[in-house]
Amino acid sequence: MCVTCGCNNTADVRVEGDAGGHEHEHEHEHVLADGTRVRHRHEHPSAGAEADRHAHAHPHAHDHDHDHDHAHHHPHDYAHHRDGDHAHDDAHQHSHAAYRNDAPAELVALETALLDKNQRIAERNRGWFAGRGVVALNLMSSPGSGKTTLLVRTLRELAGEFPMSVVEGDQETSADADRIRETGAPAIQINTGAGCHLEADMLERAVQRLAPQAGSVLFVENVGNLVCPSLFDLGERSRVVVLSVTEGDDKPLKYPHMFRRADLMITTKMDLAPHVAFDVDRAERNARSVNPTIRCLRVSSTRGDGLQQWYGWLRALRTIDAVARPAAAT
Amino acid sequence: MHELGITRNLVAIVSDAAQGRRVRKVWLEIGTRSALLPDAVRFCFDVVRQGTALEAAELEIVAVEAGWQCSDCGGFGGPGAAQPATACPHCGTARWRRRSGEELNVKAMEVETCA
Repeated sequence: MCVTCGCNNTADVRVEGDAGGHEHEHEHEHVLADGTRVRHRHEHPSAGAEADRHAHAHPHAHDHDHDHDHAHHHPHDYAHHRDGDHAHDDAHQHSHAAYRNDAPAELVALETALLDKNQRIAERNRGWFAGRGVVALNLMSSPGSGKTTLLVRTLRELAGEFPMSVVEGDQETSADADRIRETGAPAIQINTGAGCHLEADMLERAVQRLAPQAGSVLFVENVGNLVCPSLFDLGERSRVVVLSVTEGDDKPLKYPHMFRRADLMITTKMDLAPHVAFDVDRAERNARSVNPTIRCLRVSSTRGDGLQQWYGWLRALRTIDAVARPAAAT
Repeated sequence: MHELGITRNLVAIVSDAAQGRRVRKVWLEIGTRSALLPDAVRFCFDVVRQGTALEAAELEIVAVEAGWQCSDCGGFGGPGAAQPATACPHCGTARWRRRSGEELNVKAMEVETCA
């Protein structure tokens, strides 16, 4: 099952080269009460949240076919007829009716992380990368911060030093993967459709197709978004958050989850710093206030400032991993 | 709106564990620093549970307050304490870690046993 936020599931996700969408024939879009557009897979032809709430009459009617359900369902349905209200408006009545009904019940401990499935796939990815000495980096930022520009320059300048490849995540288009491929580096595009972040299973599919070389660096450019990508482990070695000087230096405080879980913050577009109100020192202070161990670098991908530090950080990661796993290094 | 996708996970996890039995109540643990809004989860739950074993289930969300602890001196704050601005207020190093507040866990469910 997909955990794509605010939308449907992996049926919407396209990995370049894959056969494409599959089975889900009942998909449609509707608009929630808050205006959010949601693609839905329910059979009922609801056009909004209101319709959704009424639609749950169908399963009740259906349940009457099953004898053993009567004990529970009579009081349940009775409550509905009596006050004409909906299940969720009335949760207490449901429980009480059920208790009066003496239907035996048991308490089952689950203790399961909500993101457990994603986490398991992420750990599998991490093991796959470690076994091949692939250093996978999850690059996250808001849209337009210059992730692709930084990568294009990095791929050009480090070409020949060690193999590199790129997974590009965007809702639509292969524009970014095309830009990357112009540098000669292998790249694959994931289109998340309505989804606003990458998940571990999407990366797994992309990596199977991309087949990054042993000892390489794999850059995963997440969907531009400072919120939910931070929740989803992809199995990366390190997380890099990119912040450009044309944004606000208070971003680390406004989006603390993203910065708290990052290993490195790169401030980009430093060539524009004299022209904007962005205070780089304050931005880094803010990042450290939510994440005391975060490393901070400042670069201009167009002018070249700070790129040697960024390359040094990449080389250090490769070296550390090669020492830790000598068998995997090439 | 990542709550909708995550709530689908919740319903899937509980439905699987229920193995066809009806679910009366679900306890969900959400850290106050988890980036998940309890109200949004409740709203999504009402939509997502339709037609599932959780259709009539009550959802109880248990909030977990944030807490932190210093890796160097062991000093801690919380639950509910403000996190250090930068350094640990006890020893001055910046090596404190969040210890709670980011939970996203399905704790338990109450299911009808088959009669």
